[in-house]
Amino acid sequence: MSVFDRLKAGLSRTARQIADQFDALVRGSEDRSGDEASVRTDTLDGLEDLLLMADVGVSASRNIVAAVGARARGTASLRTLVREELLRVLAAADRPPVEPASGPRVVLVVGVNGTGKTTTVGKLANQWKQAGYTPLICAADTFRAAAVDQLQVWADRAGVDLVRAREGADPAAVVFDAITAAKARGRDLVLIDTAGRLHTRTNLMQELEKIRRVIAREVPGAPHETLLVLDATVGQNALTQAREFMAVAGVTGIVLTKLDGTARGGIVVAIAHDLQLPIRFVGVGESLEDLLPFDANRYVDALFREPW
Amino acid sequence: MFDQLSQRFQDVFQSLRGEIRLSEATVERVLRDIRTALLEADVNLNVVSAFITRVRDKATDQAVLKSLSPTQQVVKIVRDELIALFGEATGGLTPTTDRPRVILMLGLQGSGKTTTTGKLAQWLRRQGRHPLVVSTDVRRPAAIQQLSVVAAKAGVRVHDPVGESNPVTRAAGALAAARSLGNDVVIVDTAGRLHIDDELMAELVAIRHAVGPHDLLYVADAMTGQDAVRSAGEFHRQLGVTGVVLSKADGDARGGAALSVVSVVGVPIAFVGSGERLDDLEPFHADRFVSRMLGMGDVLSLIERAEAVVEPADAERLEEKIRRGGLTLEDFRDQLRMLKRMGPLESILGMLPGMGGMKQLAEQKPDERQLRRIEAMIGSMTPDERRHADIIDGSRRKRIARGSGTAVEDVNRLLKQFGEMQRMMKMVGQMTGQTMAAAPKKKKKSPFSLMR
Ligand SMILES: Nc1nc2c(ncn2[C@@H]2O[C@H](COP(=O)(O)OP(=O)(O)OP(=O)(O)O)[C@@H](O)[C@H]2O)c(=O)[nH]1
Ligand SMILES: Nc1nc2c(ncn2[C@@H]2O[C@H](COP(=O)(O)OP(=O)(O)OP(=O)(O)O)[C@@H](O)[C@H]2O)c(=O)[nH]1
Ligand SMILES: [Mg+2]
Ligand SMILES: [Mg+2]
Repeated sequence: MSVFDRLKAGLSRTARQIADQFDALVRGSEDRSGDEASVRTDTLDGLEDLLLMADVGVSASRNIVAAVGARARGTASLRTLVREELLRVLAAADRPPVEPASGPRVVLVVGVNGTGKTTTVGKLANQWKQAGYTPLICAADTFRAAAVDQLQVWADRAGVDLVRAREGADPAAVVFDAITAAKARGRDLVLIDTAGRLHTRTNLMQELEKIRRVIAREVPGAPHETLLVLDATVGQNALTQAREFMAVAGVTGIVLTKLDGTARGGIVVAIAHDLQLPIRFVGVGESLEDLLPFDANRYVDALFREPW
Repeated sequence: MFDQLSQRFQDVFQSLRGEIRLSEATVERVLRDIRTALLEADVNLNVVSAFITRVRDKATDQAVLKSLSPTQQVVKIVRDELIALFGEATGGLTPTTDRPRVILMLGLQGSGKTTTTGKLAQWLRRQGRHPLVVSTDVRRPAAIQQLSVVAAKAGVRVHDPVGESNPVTRAAGALAAARSLGNDVVIVDTAGRLHIDDELMAELVAIRHAVGPHDLLYVADAMTGQDAVRSAGEFHRQLGVTGVVLSKADGDARGGAALSVVSVVGVPIAFVGSGERLDDLEPFHADRFVSRMLGMGDVLSLIERAEAVVEPADAERLEEKIRRGGLTLEDFRDQLRMLKRMGPLESILGMLPGMGGMKQLAEQKPDERQLRRIEAMIGSMTPDERRHADIIDGSRRKRIARGSGTAVEDVNRLLKQFGEMQRMMKMVGQMTGQTMAAAPKKKKKSPFSLMR
């Protein structure tokens, strides 16, 4: 299976249900073409429900529906308008990653518990190694049972070496060790896996702050990218997560994992809308290759089953 | 985790309080707010629609609209309907006298199965049981090792035949081992999987067949959204789930997915997980849960934890204050001191009536430092100010801030939160008063008993 087939398979499952409902909606509006005004309300209400079902959230859904409603005139296809609106929201949030001025590029991976951080670090190491980088992985989750051993397996799969510490060690100290090692070994990329933490745990968030300080001290301008890993099944809480991790950890982008399930991950639209946070990658499985660069067109196309 | 939802409900109900007579238009406005609150809490859209319809039918009944206390009645309707969504179940494990009891853990990737296996093992061990745990997760890197570490912490035995990589054989082997070693519970951890992964779902069916579990626990992340109903429903359809474990409930997710799974899939919540430590698991109680959602405080849970540290006289006094709504800053400080003795502040504050707002304040710094600041501020007040917070004007605030080494904004925030809490206390007090009037007057058995 090519990577595109994987993405398609992953996304189209997600998309199919939305598309089916969407088609039903559009058909419904065509069937009752008699009373223009009431048709439009019906359709827009239905559209809002559809976005809500995809976890886009109340306020973002209302905004999108309002934007589409304002433009829905005559024969313009509602589907096209929605697609355009979603793309507009995603495009407005997009911004290029920061390039390192000197020293290794440092990428910090953060998020709440169990979203797929460790797996994503493994996949990223593999992908960037293939692209010609010389990555080093840092195991800064010194808390969860067997977290380091889990990451070690991923590092071996990707053929990348790992800097680790004892369980219970200070994560910031491991980060320091990893950056020092990367400099000594002449590496151009350091990938840091961190322990899952709820954004409500003040002390754990302060720990992230400390990690950031150490990174910034060792490599000016770093971390160059801080990725928040979100599970596609997540609901409205992801917005709060994004807000808090942005404030404390300086998140610059999102990785949306587990898109190979039926969840739509629609909250990323709300996050893009409210926080202008771009989506960088999507996870579509549990193997090394199941990570793809995010592509707004493909995402929205797949969501509404447009031809590829 | 329900603070934000309970805050929303409080806002909604707050807006009702001025109304002496309810109109249908008012009810509609409230219903719209409730709909938004529920959707923002991740309650499934279909569940929300059905819920709103039911509440509307009951709330717009002429008898309610014309009654003397329509607001309380609407609150009661919402509360009752929420409890109805959760069903009657009280949580825990299914009753059985079989030995060994077999528990099968199920769920999506990363939901918390392995951690919950450890928590359950510890919970059972503390009840005098002798659990044996086994991992059948041969897929995720270091998953078997993770369970071994967790089991060691829980002090329970692990079945881990080296080199055995067939999940069904591992599970069956654990059952046989338990029989010969005399373990009375076997907990089978499984790999996370998608409900649409036919091959892996078939593997679960095979494991179920091999071990004949009494409990099939579906571990659901409290942060999940609209899709929760579909995934849980599919696991239930293929395997027959007996209970849901709601994990990661210690965050601020509003947990509407839980409501939805119970009401759509029809499986009760068995346990709630509220932290990464092995102690962080407790059996589910629907009525307490709903009270907490509505912001009325989970008084029962509080009593259980408080009993150990609170003098009965203190508790009686507090209850009296709550009923009269006559809480002073001194009481507030006493309460905080009491809380300090009870354990982690974060988990306790949410359970106190009206503490929803206070918890937000504490959450910015849920540590001892914040507490000390609050104490310092209250300490810098005159006795008069502590008893009558409303006399604290601008210049007094400045003095208090200076005296306690804090900023005027800190004092403002403390007073605002305190004011909100006082209002809440009054509201709870009124409701309690109502219950009291309705119920035949009996001799008080235990503190807070009237609120049950
Ligand atoms: N189906 C699917 N599963 C995934 C994906 N990404 C990760 N997973 C699975 O999700 C589970 C959790 O992944 P981890 O990488 O351990 O998550 P984490 O965020 O590091 O977890 P903690 O460190 O415990 O907070 C594992 O079972 C992974 O195999 C994905 O894109 N699709
Ligand atoms: N805050 C919090 N974290 C939890 C809770 N339960 C589990 N976790 C964390 O969630 C993450 C995933 O937990 P696991 O037990 O590994 O999840 P799992 O379902 O076994 O994951 P897979 O085997 O990969 O499917 C870990 O970081 C746990 O520490 C909880 O109640 N609260
Ligand atoms: Mg991890
Ligand atoms: Mg596991």
